[in-house]
Amino acid sequence: MIYLPTPSLRRRDLLAGAAGSLLAATVPAAVHAQPLPAPGGAGGQSAVIDVSRARVEPIPIAIPDLGGDGPSGQLGRDIAGVINADLARSGLFRVVDPAAYIQSGPSRGDTPNFQNWRPTGAQALVTGKADVQGGGNIRIEFRLWDILPQAQIQGTAYTTTQSNWRRIAHIMADVIYERLLGEKGYFDTRVVYIGATGPRDRRTKRLAIMDQDSENNRFLTDGSWLVLTPRFHPTRDQIAFMSYANNRPRVYLFDLTSGRQTVLGDFNGMTFAPRFAPDGGAVVMAVANGGGSDIVATDLGGHGARKLTDSGAIDVSPCFSPDGTKIAFASDRGGDQQIYVMGSGGGAAQRISFGSGRYATPVWSPRGDLIAFTRYGGDESDFSIGVMHPDGSGERLLSSGWLVEGPTFAPNGRVLMFWRETRGRDARGTGFSSRLVSVDITGFNERVAATPTDASDPAWSPLPA
Amino acid sequence: MNIKILGAVAAVALLAACADQTKTDATGTGTAHSIVPGSQEDLVANVGDRVFYDLNKSALRADGKATLDKQAAWLKQYASNNVQIAGNCDERGTTEYNLALGQRRANAAASYLKAKGVAVARMTTISYGKDRPTAMGSNEQAWAQNRNATTSVR
Repeated sequence: MIYLPTPSLRRRDLLAGAAGSLLAATVPAAVHAQPLPAPGGAGGQSAVIDVSRARVEPIPIAIPDLGGDGPSGQLGRDIAGVINADLARSGLFRVVDPAAYIQSGPSRGDTPNFQNWRPTGAQALVTGKADVQGGGNIRIEFRLWDILPQAQIQGTAYTTTQSNWRRIAHIMADVIYERLLGEKGYFDTRVVYIGATGPRDRRTKRLAIMDQDSENNRFLTDGSWLVLTPRFHPTRDQIAFMSYANNRPRVYLFDLTSGRQTVLGDFNGMTFAPRFAPDGGAVVMAVANGGGSDIVATDLGGHGARKLTDSGAIDVSPCFSPDGTKIAFASDRGGDQQIYVMGSGGGAAQRISFGSGRYATPVWSPRGDLIAFTRYGGDESDFSIGVMHPDGSGERLLSSGWLVEGPTFAPNGRVLMFWRETRGRDARGTGFSSRLVSVDITGFNERVAATPTDASDPAWSPLPA
Repeated sequence: MNIKILGAVAAVALLAACADQTKTDATGTGTAHSIVPGSQEDLVANVGDRVFYDLNKSALRADGKATLDKQAAWLKQYASNNVQIAGNCDERGTTEYNLALGQRRANAAASYLKAKGVAVARMTTISYGKDRPTAMGSNEQAWAQNRNATTSVR
């Protein structure tokens, strides 16, 4: 319920200084961005706030339809709708009901009449203009205003192809998120996951990819073979995943541009649970041996494989720290399955999980400060998704249920996605479902993703370079 | 004429029902006379195609060893049969851990068969983790069925 506004002048100066690199970092190759100069501003309490608090009152923001005539008007409405949905879904913004708007957004280049926006309760205002141009191109003017100080926070004009319009909206939502909260957004991202159809004893599972808002869903494999546990490369359009192709379960790389699949390395026995190194140059994964499984690292050509553990137990689910110096993994070497951390070259491992039950699927936050995990007890007890510090302290459970599993972080480390299964009610498995769910790392704002089929094994993409 | 056609359809349906039953009947009380000796159906009906494990365990139980003894004898009799042994787990674990646990279970069964004289070259193992449940309920009865290693003729 409490705002912690930072002194607006200092914060705005700081952000203005970073604006150039911000644009370069968030705009994809097919989109051109050009700064729009601010018409001017005055003093007052800023909408720009400090987000490093735990749970915050959402920032009230007004997003009227972007101006434009005919098809451009429709595009302006659509883009405002996507921005609106992105920000509202984050739980950190409250989009003011358009019924409270006294006027529509000002047209190109005009300074809004702030007197008309103050009574809506909004602290920030988005205005702009959409233009459908010749040759299938669109141009979007976008301005973000701080209502009380009456200042432009951001002004950018984007040009791109019309088919790219949703991405432009996500990029704008990311800019709003970053300028007002002071940390990067995650809206211009995708989620790769496993889509499942058919009865439980004959599931068809397909590799699938969608935008983070569940739009543009696409299946990447045809369901001929069981596929599991996809993960995004940190910089390339490439996915590591597990496939049962030819009844040999192994880790493959999937190139999203060419659709080409290549098996990763040549190991005796099943390879599974892959994750990329933060520099994208290597994969860590598990390889089954006689009695358990070992953690191995290999380059993307499948060469230079190095065994990092050799405990005789089940060592599985390795994940690098974002600085690449450590690897967290799960192991039953001490009896029950627990989470351990070792150096990225292997060697001695330190157990970090000590709560009741078993701990699995450790995933390091991109911020480096947390490890997310799956925790579960006996048969009938619930599963939980939680986070702890890398030294094992500060454990918090974020979500629990009959089965919740497999957390993945949004690239800014602020949101987790995992999957939730419901219990089959009878011997035919009636009532069973599997859904992707997102939750803020503070444990609030839980939301079910609108996947077209049952879904599991989500992995969040990085922000585009 | 219509009646004759209906009769033929009914006979086909009956045959299909019989075939279905022999396929799914693992207790050995099925219609053995219709089963080809040395076939998968023979293994399921007269030997037992799967062994079961305790929660989170891959150690063979006495009943499992008895089944594998029969499988080893059957494989000696049908020496041209190669088999795949698939390890499976119940739904109360994570995907990745269960892949490893299922492999452990398949390996335990294969090692036992090897010790009983089945050539390693005749056996392959695979783990499906928790992805191939045969009992679809979410209760202990179903989980006990789903913690298994299942042998199939390849």
